[in-house]
Amino acid sequence: MSCCADPAVLANAARALPDTLAAAIRTDASGNHLLLYVPDIHCASCLATVEGALKEEGAEARVNLTRRTVSLDWTSPAFDPLRSIATLRDLGFTPRPLSTESAAAQSSSASLLRAVAVAGFAAMNVMLLSISVWSGADGSTKAFFNWFSALIAMPALAYSARPFLRSAFAALRAGRVNMDVPISLAIVLATGLSLAKTISGTGETYFDAAITLTFFLLLGRLADHWTRERARASVSHLAALRPPFAYVVGATSTEPVPIEDVGAGDIIEVAAGERVPADARVMEDGAQFDLSLATGESRPEAIHRGAEIMAGALALSGPHRLRVLRPAADSYVARLEALQSAAERSRSRPARIADRAAAFYVPVVHFAAFATFCVWLLVGAGWVAALTTAIAVLVITCPCALGLAVPVVHVAACDRLFRRGLAIKDGAALERLRLTDEVIFDKTGTLTIPALADPAAMAPADLAAAAALARHSTHPVSRAVSLAAEEAGVERIVAAGVTELRGRGMTGMIEGRAVFLGRGALPFGDAVAEGLVFAREGEAPIPLAVTESLRPGAADLVARLAAAGLPVTILSGDTAEAVGRTAEALGIADWHAGLTPDEKVSFIDGRRIAGAHPLMVGDGLNDGPAIAAAAASIAPAEASDLSRTAADLVLTGNSLDAVWTALDTAWRAHRMVLQNLAFACLYNCVAVPLAALGHASPLVAAIAMSSSSMVVTLNALRLAR
Amino acid sequence: MSVLLFLVPVALGLGGLGLAAFLWSVKNRQYNDMEGAARRILEGPD
Repeated sequence: MSCCADPAVLANAARALPDTLAAAIRTDASGNHLLLYVPDIHCASCLATVEGALKEEGAEARVNLTRRTVSLDWTSPAFDPLRSIATLRDLGFTPRPLSTESAAAQSSSASLLRAVAVAGFAAMNVMLLSISVWSGADGSTKAFFNWFSALIAMPALAYSARPFLRSAFAALRAGRVNMDVPISLAIVLATGLSLAKTISGTGETYFDAAITLTFFLLLGRLADHWTRERARASVSHLAALRPPFAYVVGATSTEPVPIEDVGAGDIIEVAAGERVPADARVMEDGAQFDLSLATGESRPEAIHRGAEIMAGALALSGPHRLRVLRPAADSYVARLEALQSAAERSRSRPARIADRAAAFYVPVVHFAAFATFCVWLLVGAGWVAALTTAIAVLVITCPCALGLAVPVVHVAACDRLFRRGLAIKDGAALERLRLTDEVIFDKTGTLTIPALADPAAMAPADLAAAAALARHSTHPVSRAVSLAAEEAGVERIVAAGVTELRGRGMTGMIEGRAVFLGRGALPFGDAVAEGLVFAREGEAPIPLAVTESLRPGAADLVARLAAAGLPVTILSGDTAEAVGRTAEALGIADWHAGLTPDEKVSFIDGRRIAGAHPLMVGDGLNDGPAIAAAAASIAPAEASDLSRTAADLVLTGNSLDAVWTALDTAWRAHRMVLQNLAFACLYNCVAVPLAALGHASPLVAAIAMSSSSMVVTLNALRLAR
Repeated sequence: MSVLLFLVPVALGLGGLGLAAFLWSVKNRQYNDMEGAARRILEGPD
């Protein structure tokens, strides 16, 4: 899209949707649907603003505050989704289209939930009837109850056991066995046998066992699904965080254009807080960018007109216009991304512990059931008795406890981590994390954050006033000021009418006088500040010096890691002097400075080849590849998109303490998984002989299965505390 | 015991009503956004 196209052509170009967006739009009989991820919706009023604005454009908009998404539904061909994306951006939000797959994932959870509801309903009712039979109903009453159980259980099973049957069938067709094969076999055989017995009117039925089994296993499946869905949502959200659009300045307006279509020479607009999508030349003076990508220093830098800036730089002021130098695919970020995906491909993932347990368990169960059948036939029992006993073995060994053992622990662990300010990708990440035997840190932005050099030099009243302004901004330097005020324990005051002066700082009113925190020209008087200052109207500006200080919790964390016997290393792109100072402050002997992203990756690869499982904690864009290469990884919340996408866990709080929480939780979760698996084993050691000898009456089976499921679930819940 | 012929189906029917209500609420996506629902109640009709 060039800036001199005639408006009619431009309008046409806008109608032909870019590929990324077209791929995200789902069309069916009820109209068109688009799911947007809008991470900055966080309150009831944003919710109302977004829905209101989109309604005016002619679409049905529904905000989901839990997932931070907006679903758009429209039927009119006149509706332009690009226009709504631009509208949301004008309101200060950053919408990104989500792929149709993540929209589809939401419906599969609903179908599992329905299956659980049906199975639960049927299980309760069948159990009620079965208890009457066990407690002595006989004759026509027993027949009536059995028939009624069949009537409830069979349709319910046909509906709710489908997830297991389908998966077992698919596995068998592919010539494999999985955990669902013995489950399906047990359900189908128990139901068939019970039906035969109901028709003939002899013996005991196992409808209750079949449906209770299905119910418990579905619960486990739902728990597993929730963990994975939460994880998948965060993964697809993180992937969506890559800016899919550049805002290209056209003849009449600024249009979102997919990054891959932006060519050299296009003029793009970058707002404060956005990343520069492609290597570009700055077209105006006074722009401020965070160039930590290139320098490893997270310090705002003023860029002058005509200077070149690399893709991935974070705009701290704006909006600014930039002229694109080369297509995004050739940019520095694209090269880093290629490096990262190469590292991800080469990372071998250990098989999930549940899969390994299943691989061992399935043949054993089948063999036990088959052996029971043969032995009973050999000792002269009839076909029916032999088959009944064999089915009892299958049902009672059926991995209720095993099917729940791992997912409930993972759900409890993820829940615990979420509540302590850690977002985790998936249950498998816990398994990788617990193998950690050394920890590698990035320095800038991870171990250290910007801080005021000498807060004591400021009068408490000035510090309090500066903090009152700083609390309104998330800029790293603002955070440093408000943190310094908190540490100094100065009085907390409130500034009125605080506004952000893009690229310069914050201004507001305190005690009836205008105040300013920032750099550049003051909004009152005619002074121009050198560096960062705090100023009151009518007084000389007070200079503030910013240095870097340790992130809260860093020293504690390193001490704890050392106490736990985990070696700690620093890999940094910063100078030897700066890294050495940090390493000394933390008591870390092993540090490497001045590394490029490639060198970080090869260092980690070296450690992995040596058999270690390094945990990488890093934030910068240049840490993305290293994070992908490490056995497990953690990124702070304010990390670059690339690092957050690659990391297993994201810290949402400020303190590094959470890294220890993550490791501790992973270790405890692993212990609990082992306990649960051991319990499942023990249970089988008792239950299998009982069933094989023919003592597993329906009552025994029901009690044994329910209690074993309860035990593993309750054990896992200990972790959530 | 013939009262059972009448009572068991009634019990089932009542349970079934509850089940149907739950399935309806799932279908209506009432569990999709628990946090949003909690906030929406605070916003008056605009």
